[in-house]
Amino acid sequence: MSGLTIKNLHVSIEGKEILKGVNLEIKKGEIHAIMGPNGTGKSTLAYAMMGHPSYEITEGEIIFEGQNIVEMATDERSRLGLFLAFQYPVAIPGVTVANFLRTALNARRRAKNPEDKGISILDFRKMLKEKMDLLQMDHAFAGRYLNEGFSGGEKKRAEILQMATLKPSIAFLDETDSGLDIDALRIVSEGVNALADENLGVVVITHYQRLLNHIKPNYVHIMFDGRIVESGGPELALRLEELGYDWVREKYKEVVAA
Amino acid sequence: MAEKEKVVIKSGRREVSAPRKFNFTREMVNTSSDSPLASYRADAWSAFEKFGLPSTSEEAWRRTDLRKMPVDKFNLPADGAYNDLPPIPKDLLKPLVGGQHGGQITLLPGGSQVSLLPELAKKGVVFTDFRTAENEHPELLKKFAGTVIRAQDGKFAALAAALSQNGILLYVPKGVQVEEPLHSVLWGPGVDLAHISHLIIYVDVGASVTYVHEYASPDEADADSMHAGLVEIVVADGANLRFVELQSWGNHVWNFSHERVHVGKDANLNWVFGAVGSKLTKNFSDLDLIGVGAEGRMSGFYFTDGSQHLDHDTQQNHLVPNTFSDLLFKGALGGKSRSVWQGMIYVAPGAQKTDGYQANRNLLLSRDARADAIPGLEISADDVRCSHGATIGKIDSEPLFYLLSRGIPQDEAEQLMVEGFFDPIIQRIPFEGVRERFQQAIKEKLGRK
Repeated sequence: MSGLTIKNLHVSIEGKEILKGVNLEIKKGEIHAIMGPNGTGKSTLAYAMMGHPSYEITEGEIIFEGQNIVEMATDERSRLGLFLAFQYPVAIPGVTVANFLRTALNARRRAKNPEDKGISILDFRKMLKEKMDLLQMDHAFAGRYLNEGFSGGEKKRAEILQMATLKPSIAFLDETDSGLDIDALRIVSEGVNALADENLGVVVITHYQRLLNHIKPNYVHIMFDGRIVESGGPELALRLEELGYDWVREKYKEVVAA
Repeated sequence: MAEKEKVVIKSGRREVSAPRKFNFTREMVNTSSDSPLASYRADAWSAFEKFGLPSTSEEAWRRTDLRKMPVDKFNLPADGAYNDLPPIPKDLLKPLVGGQHGGQITLLPGGSQVSLLPELAKKGVVFTDFRTAENEHPELLKKFAGTVIRAQDGKFAALAAALSQNGILLYVPKGVQVEEPLHSVLWGPGVDLAHISHLIIYVDVGASVTYVHEYASPDEADADSMHAGLVEIVVADGANLRFVELQSWGNHVWNFSHERVHVGKDANLNWVFGAVGSKLTKNFSDLDLIGVGAEGRMSGFYFTDGSQHLDHDTQQNHLVPNTFSDLLFKGALGGKSRSVWQGMIYVAPGAQKTDGYQANRNLLLSRDARADAIPGLEISADDVRCSHGATIGKIDSEPLFYLLSRGIPQDEAEQLMVEGFFDPIIQRIPFEGVRERFQQAIKEKLGRK
């Protein structure tokens, strides 16, 4: 199979329905942007993809690599090729970036081959340095505790570094532009662009158009009140940039009320 | 003469009368007139007889209950008892620090083995068991025993002083730098036994040494043994001691120890504790900074599971000006286990420019585990910097989800977080072998959970 298909997805948090029937298809090699006002369910969609325990899927399917992954454990989804770059990456005290990434990488290798002895330290270091250079990161970064005391820009770069290391086939980037200054935004975007090839499908979740000046989407979707209400090409993002979200609210609030 | 007291325990409506009498008798105390420790032991025995078994009505024992301890079960091992007991595992004899030992002592039930590099002996270094020391270095034993810890400090201090069968004397003469680390193991297999030990360490003026001591035994189901120990240490002016103690008693061992270090002028102590074993432990570890410019660092690692109970009572006593202490104890608890840490920084009147720090951090891995952390400051000087911290937490769900979302399986993710929790303490340990031992312990404990 060539990507991810979301069919009529309904998701609730503590009994409150947030996603009310999302349909979306992402193929490898494509870049999608999901835009929309705050509180319409964009991040919920991202978390539900990864199987966060607080997000309950009440209806619908997520077909990935030929199987419905709705019941699949979070770590298994990741090893199958799904990735989420978090909007707010949490600190993991006492665990260095290098140790964490090596553990994650070896978990993947062992899932494929239970006899695998893990990547050699030498190969790992070489690989990590290459990826860090791609994101213009100081090599000393590898020895720091993951996300602990990281600046906003460092956190987002660390997310993309993980994506570069784990090589997913579908990646959700949740508000990756938030908290970034213009230089960091450029570096992170260049990193994503360098990774986005025919083997990777990317879903960029963003409130603002500015990230899309750096990461060019093939498709743009607008999310409103738990549904995708408009889909189109890059021109849709430009329209949002120009007109804001008011017209979306105007056009769809009646649908919502009904 | 044996003790005669009896304690009545109330449990629910029933009144249970349990035997509260140790089997030890005056005749077991070696007070032969040719022993340099004769009068020391005799005094200790008197103290032992005076003390009742500690009860939870005493502040220091408030959280550690000995009512289920079968005190009448324990006997001193006979000479050569180790011959009929499981031998010491070879792994315990491997060097934990550096590639080669400067000396090694194995203390066994009813025996011991001693080795020391000849070049160290030539420099005047003494590293031997009490039995040998009583013959070859009676003046040192007589001079040092009881100078740092008084037998009158408590029931178990008195017991250890009076009856220690397994003792070690380490003396490093003035100015001698011992490069090769010293190592000793108290191996205590068997059931219904009382292992009783006494360590005396004297690092003389300007000398330096690294010393690793371990307490260990196999696990025994449905059984009991006990250990009572004394550790008396002097780090004289300008001297330097790195001392590592590892406790991995079997889950049937009731473990008690009184430990204290005197740190002299401009002397330096780096003291590392690792505790993963025993049924119950009550440990008193006191740091006395008695010389201007003295420094002491205490780093504790513990990991409990099952129904283990570990109680560490620490004191950092700043007795003169310009002294420094830094204590960090970190522990993880699984099963229904429980830990207690009670710490006190004391700053004596006039001990200005004291710099003292203490922290205890606990990670609860199960709902039934419990940790008590009780820091304390008692400051009688006005120009000091002292602080403390204590935390009890559990594995947070969001970091766990983050690790899972990167494809790390649940058990590995938890292990990574526990290792991360311990990392600050691991980083304080300057010995690779000891760090590895702790990492191994983490893996074993998590595997057992």
